[in-house]
Amino acid sequence: MRPYLAILSARFRMLLQYRSAAAAGFVTQLFWGLIRMMIFQAFMENSISPPLDSRQILGYIWLTQAFLLLAMVQGDGEIQAMIRTGNIGYELLRPVDLQCLWLSRKIATRLAPTLLRCVPLIGFAALMGWLDWPGLASALAGVAALAGAVLLSSCVCMLMDISMFWTVSGAGMNRLIGAITVFFSGQLIPLPLLPDAWQTTLAILPFRGLADAPFRLLLGQIPASHVVGVVAHQLIWAGLLSLLIRGLMARSLRRVVIQGG
Amino acid sequence: MSAIVVKNLVKTFKVAQRTAGTLGAFAGLFHRRHCTVTALDGISFTIQPGELIGYIGPNGAGKSTTIKILSGILLPDSGQVEVLGLTPWKNRINTVRQLGVVFGQRTQLWWDLPVIESFDLLKDIYNVPPGDYRQRLDELVTLLDLKEFLDVPVRQLSLGQRMRCDIAAALLHGPRILYLDEPTIGLDAVSMLAVRDFIRQLNRQRKLTVILTTHDMDDIEALCQRVLVIHQGHVLSDGSLDELRARFGRERRLIVDLQDEDGVVQDPQATVVRREGRRVTLAFDPAQVPPAALVARVTAAHQVRDLFVENPPIDEIIARIYRSAT
Amino acid sequence: MNAVGLYFRYVGVSFRSQMQYRWSTILSTLGVFITLALEFAAIWGLFHRFGTLRGWTLAEVALLYGIVTVGFAMAEGVARGFDMFGNMVRMGDFDRLLLRPRPLALQVAGQELGMHRAGRAIQGAMVLGWAWTSLHLGWQWQLLGLLGLAILGTACLFYGIYILQATYCFWSIQSLEVFSVVTYGASETAQFPMSIYRPWFRRFFTFVMPLAAVTYYPALPLLGRSDGTLRTPTWFGWVSPLIGVAFLLASLWVWRFGVRHYRSTGS
Repeated sequence: MRPYLAILSARFRMLLQYRSAAAAGFVTQLFWGLIRMMIFQAFMENSISPPLDSRQILGYIWLTQAFLLLAMVQGDGEIQAMIRTGNIGYELLRPVDLQCLWLSRKIATRLAPTLLRCVPLIGFAALMGWLDWPGLASALAGVAALAGAVLLSSCVCMLMDISMFWTVSGAGMNRLIGAITVFFSGQLIPLPLLPDAWQTTLAILPFRGLADAPFRLLLGQIPASHVVGVVAHQLIWAGLLSLLIRGLMARSLRRVVIQGG
Repeated sequence: MSAIVVKNLVKTFKVAQRTAGTLGAFAGLFHRRHCTVTALDGISFTIQPGELIGYIGPNGAGKSTTIKILSGILLPDSGQVEVLGLTPWKNRINTVRQLGVVFGQRTQLWWDLPVIESFDLLKDIYNVPPGDYRQRLDELVTLLDLKEFLDVPVRQLSLGQRMRCDIAAALLHGPRILYLDEPTIGLDAVSMLAVRDFIRQLNRQRKLTVILTTHDMDDIEALCQRVLVIHQGHVLSDGSLDELRARFGRERRLIVDLQDEDGVVQDPQATVVRREGRRVTLAFDPAQVPPAALVARVTAAHQVRDLFVENPPIDEIIARIYRSAT
Repeated sequence: MNAVGLYFRYVGVSFRSQMQYRWSTILSTLGVFITLALEFAAIWGLFHRFGTLRGWTLAEVALLYGIVTVGFAMAEGVARGFDMFGNMVRMGDFDRLLLRPRPLALQVAGQELGMHRAGRAIQGAMVLGWAWTSLHLGWQWQLLGLLGLAILGTACLFYGIYILQATYCFWSIQSLEVFSVVTYGASETAQFPMSIYRPWFRRFFTFVMPLAAVTYYPALPLLGRSDGTLRTPTWFGWVSPLIGVAFLLASLWVWRFGVRHYRSTGS
């Protein structure tokens, strides 16, 4: 366990140094949040009772901004370069499980910048009255689901990385996975606002565990007691993705080793 | 008319002192503390057409700043420069038409495309008439032996091949002055000799004016009739290699291979600077003791297998010049 | 070869360079296309749920969306040299451009082509085509002319922003994430009618960065609408896209100032 924890903490300290990037990020997120807030508010002037009320939609927008880096899936430049150049062979020489190593690295790269960004954004949104504080039960349920979201998004990111083994350039593939994730996790619009006919499919797909479900738990729109179902959904998908990744990695690494990597 | 005239050239630039942290970076947008660095502190020299001159100095001495001013990239604080009668920073476009520049560390060729495509594009950038272009290209391809890899993408070339192509690229528009910045850096022995040969040929046969900046003293020794040494923005020395030696390195070396493995060589007018097995290196000043006399004394006193006299290596002389300045 | 000819030579070279990585370019283009298609699907979802947006229908908003997306894609595709300019200055490659006997802005513009941005142009054009037919605007040449003018003005405006972003690099090597707010943020803003935004926000995108002038105001006469609050005369929309062209020219002027600064303070 020690080596994985070491990577986690090293990554943490490294990212925490980029404070000016965090400040710039804060301003950018704020701006995007404002645009989206105005757009949604204009839509909500229609006298229709949507599945989420206007307070909840407002809160949802600001949670999306606050946890953007957590839910946003992105390939890891270093790992991808390693795969492209074939240097991945050297990674196999380390006495640790490669998948676990990468997973801890991913969790760290998600966690550190998210913590840096979410605190000021949530604080600001709450201060402006755009975000209501959750009750204790909702808060605990939300945090548990956010932890599950970190795990799940790390798995999706790893899938993006190892897609580099097959495609000429992972750039296009990564973009594709990224686009699908952003939409189906509810980062563009809250999933319940999409047509009712889609809801069953959306509930089965893994993506809602990245943003929509944790956010609605935090807002109390999903009762806190449903947290078990949400986390179980996240864990099942994380497990399935991990198995898939393990299988794909084993196959492609064998190829690398045979080629003399 | 001189090819290049530089008079009292001064160039300073400001280095921002950063304050750490987010607030510091933000405050830096409005107010910054600077310290001024003097890159060139009143440099003057003149270069005649057809000269091949070595421009040397330690890192940060102001070499590349000078080159950038001479090619119109930068504006100086004060001083006068004429390159083929033009003030470079006032006539950037007309000046650079007459210049070819090669940076050893960087290529100007298009990385993903065959060499010939870069050449064709440079033809259009410099508006070279098609006839002239054909003729120059044929010449350069023959002289630099580029034929085999004209159709190979630049990223697949070896460093030596790439350097030859880069030199050709700098000459396609028929410049009258060529700046070479570390043209032999990182090259293998064969390519290095080929590049030196070619530079010498250009200079001797075409009367091309060449300014060479390098850290490789073998380049200087092999090519340059004249060497300009700068240090901390000042010209320390300007003259031929022989003059340089006369001023800073009058001493000669007498290298003696003894019969006897542990023989001791001593002479009142020479000092032992190195001893490796049977080989002893003595330094002496030819003005005080004629070489013949020293050789006679040494051979009389010891059993000698072989001996010869040589100049101290140019690196040592240059290092001595830098030291004398600080 | 004249400047225009040379520019197209540069573009051709860049195109051939990228064709060395054909599959990667195609996949990236597809990736951009799908990203934006899903982005539009989200807008569709909102209309599906809420019906209208302050009296605007989906087709009307799609017209705005199309104008800004196609215009932005055009600028993004050909302004890559300015977009990546920070790297160029940092690596010293800008000096190489100064060593060539050609105007600098032309050389920077020709540096690199953002081919996969075609994905954005195609998606924008499809949305625009759908909007145009559902609004039954038909083949009225004045309207098509105005549409072209609006797209041109939008492209010029965004190009100007890229030039300003590049000019900023002469002063600081730290790239400013804030610029993504005025490029991507602006393109998102302009997808919806300006009238839904708060006054301070509208003022910013009308007077500081004249985004409304190139998208919203020309769209009003196309849709036979008038602005409810600012009460601008209808003819304003017919000329306002020219403000985008003026913005580009002003940016070029600032750029030249930046180059002068670079040449007198560099080392």
